[in-house]
Amino acid sequence: MKILVCVKQVPDMESRFKPDGSGTWFEEADLAFRMNEYDEYAVEQAVQLKEQLGNEPEVTVLSIGPDRVNEAIKKALAMGCDRGAHIQDPAPQGKDPWQIASIITQFAQGEGFDLIFTGMQSQDRGSAQVGVLVAELLGFACATTLVGFAYADGVITAKRELEGGIKGIAKLRLPAVVTCQLGLNIPRYPTLPNIMKAKKKEILAIPVADLLKEEAVASTARFYPPARKGGGIVLEGDVGNLVEQLYGILKEKTTVLR
Amino acid sequence: MKALLVCEYREGKLLDSTYELLAFADRLGAEKAMFLIGSDSALPACSTTVYLADAAKHGEYNPDVHKKLVLDAAQRENADCIVFVHSSYGWDLAPRVAAALRAGQVSEIVGIVDGGYEVGCCNAKMRRTVVPKSGKAVLTIQAGAFSSSDTPQGTPRVERIDTADGASPMEFVGYEPAEKKDVDLTRAEVIVSAGRGVGKKDNIPTIEALAKALGGELGASRPVVDAGWVDHSHQVGTTGQSVSPKLYVACGISGAIQHLAGMKKSDFVVAINKDKDAPIGEVADVLVVADVMQFVPALTAKLQ
Ligand SMILES: Cc1cc2nc3c(=O)[nH]c(=O)nc-3n(C[C@@H](O)[C@H](O)[C@H](O)COP(=O)(O)OP(=O)(O)OC[C@H]3O[C@@H](n4cnc5c(N)ncnc54)[C@H](O)[C@@H]3O)c2cc1C
Ligand SMILES: Cc1cc2nc3c(=O)[nH]c(=O)nc-3n(C[C@H](O)[C@H](O)[C@H](O)COP(=O)(O)OP(=O)(O)OC[C@H]3O[C@@H](n4cnc5c(N)ncnc54)[C@H](O)[C@@H]3O)c2cc1C
Repeated sequence: MKILVCVKQVPDMESRFKPDGSGTWFEEADLAFRMNEYDEYAVEQAVQLKEQLGNEPEVTVLSIGPDRVNEAIKKALAMGCDRGAHIQDPAPQGKDPWQIASIITQFAQGEGFDLIFTGMQSQDRGSAQVGVLVAELLGFACATTLVGFAYADGVITAKRELEGGIKGIAKLRLPAVVTCQLGLNIPRYPTLPNIMKAKKKEILAIPVADLLKEEAVASTARFYPPARKGGGIVLEGDVGNLVEQLYGILKEKTTVLR
Repeated sequence: MKALLVCEYREGKLLDSTYELLAFADRLGAEKAMFLIGSDSALPACSTTVYLADAAKHGEYNPDVHKKLVLDAAQRENADCIVFVHSSYGWDLAPRVAAALRAGQVSEIVGIVDGGYEVGCCNAKMRRTVVPKSGKAVLTIQAGAFSSSDTPQGTPRVERIDTADGASPMEFVGYEPAEKKDVDLTRAEVIVSAGRGVGKKDNIPTIEALAKALGGELGASRPVVDAGWVDHSHQVGTTGQSVSPKLYVACGISGAIQHLAGMKKSDFVVAINKDKDAPIGEVADVLVVADVMQFVPALTAKLQ
């Protein structure tokens, strides 16, 4: 079995974001980047499946982006993926989900994957499109928002998370794409020996121009902070003072202090 | 502009989000038609055309077939945009329709702005204006972002649609009901919730102590539950409980839309966050900018 996991590198969401010169994205300079949280679950599920099948499957991890995305690829390799594919794109941010999906599809077509894992969405953009688009372009079965995954004899039993705590159960035949939701599993931490081992694993480097055949179908016109609606009070300063201030406010504005 | 609005139907019922689609189309100033895979006994109250396919035949979740039916209706209606709610049904089906039409999709729209659609990004800290570049567009709207105060009324004109092509590599097995809750947060007057910002499982008792000092219950954001620090019965949000206490205290919670959906009806919201820009500030009556593990014990001590 051949498995592909797609990982995106995103800025740490605790960062302070400001628009860049073009006004269509964020200024990258001061940001720390990490693997998209949803994709950690995708990597973990792929590695768990490999282990379940006696390590027979080969797991490839792919990321599109500038050189920094190698960090995300290396993390996935240290978690147990076998080889990496870095699609070198100095400006992935200028591409829409359709283009990102078509790049992944081009790569996958030459490889003959049976199963592809993606996150259900990215933390920075959150389109929740790429995985499903890849499935459609490849003609694979697809289920989204998995909080449960089981595999036996060419069939995946997928537990999808619906609203209000209800789950939907579906069975999919391979080849398939599944998109992973938070809580699907408990992603492992890469151990030091595995980080060392990962250094020896192959990472293909492929220029994006070799795989990009599609024009964008959507574009970002503007990137900006939301208008502040909240008339809420912001308290800052010494903790002792903050406690006194908040206590006073709670006494005045609520009925919960007795 | 003509909009085809894709309604949702689950466990034999039309979902209320249908009316959010109508509100969105009105804001857009679009001509409307609706699409439903459901039944005659659960039609939306509206005065537009409804393209109706039979859920008994085509299933409630069967995206490969639902896609074909949506495409059929979109073609008959010659729709310029096809609109879904950004829900487990919508985000699953919309990209399939977009791929078939090679149309641009704009996901989780929160507003309509000059020349495009406004969407959130970077965990709701920022916004983007997105413009579809294709002739037709696929749109998903954020749940709760568009609503109308008018009571829905009218009787739709039903156009039946069907397909003989039921082929799919997927089989829907059924629903699993939500877990029974052993904690009923909906009755709590005070909820103090722990988010990822509390740092580690060992810090949860500190948050619990504040809840106790305020005579309330412990709540939690999803990552805290997923990591096993707190049981799922305490989770607040779209995939947890919806609460409306007199006081909600969010400790180290960023304020993602899925969390806000579960607590924004609270009477009074206090957020404790080291990040002044955290989106929780949007709904907080008071945002205390502080380290949660320093501030919370001090507040608890003051209350005791
Ligand atoms: C200046 C600028 C302009 C932009 N303009 C546009 C624009 O016009 N239109 C637009 O739609 N977007 C635009 N973007 C953002 C764009 O690059 C998105 O990141 C990309 O389209 C993927 O969408 P998403 O992250 O929402 O994917 P989602 O569909 O939310 O991602 C789901 C999953 O797909 C996989 N995935 C996503 N991206 C990658 C990747 N790079 N490598 C490997 N796997 C991946 C991951 O498994 C992820 O979990 C712009 C960004 C910038 C900086
Ligand atoms: C379909 C779907 C359904 C979901 N359902 C839910 C749901 O029901 N409920 C839910 O909560 N989420 C849900 N989520 C997840 C949601 O999108 C967010 O990922 C989640 O709410 C984030 O939790 P958080 O705020 O605790 O963590 P983070 O977003 O990581 O935020 C942590 C916050 O803590 C602050 N912080 C860090 N350290 C400190 C410190 N020392 N002192 C003070 N502050 C600190 C940071 O500034 C940050 O704002 C869902 C997601 C999806 C896609």
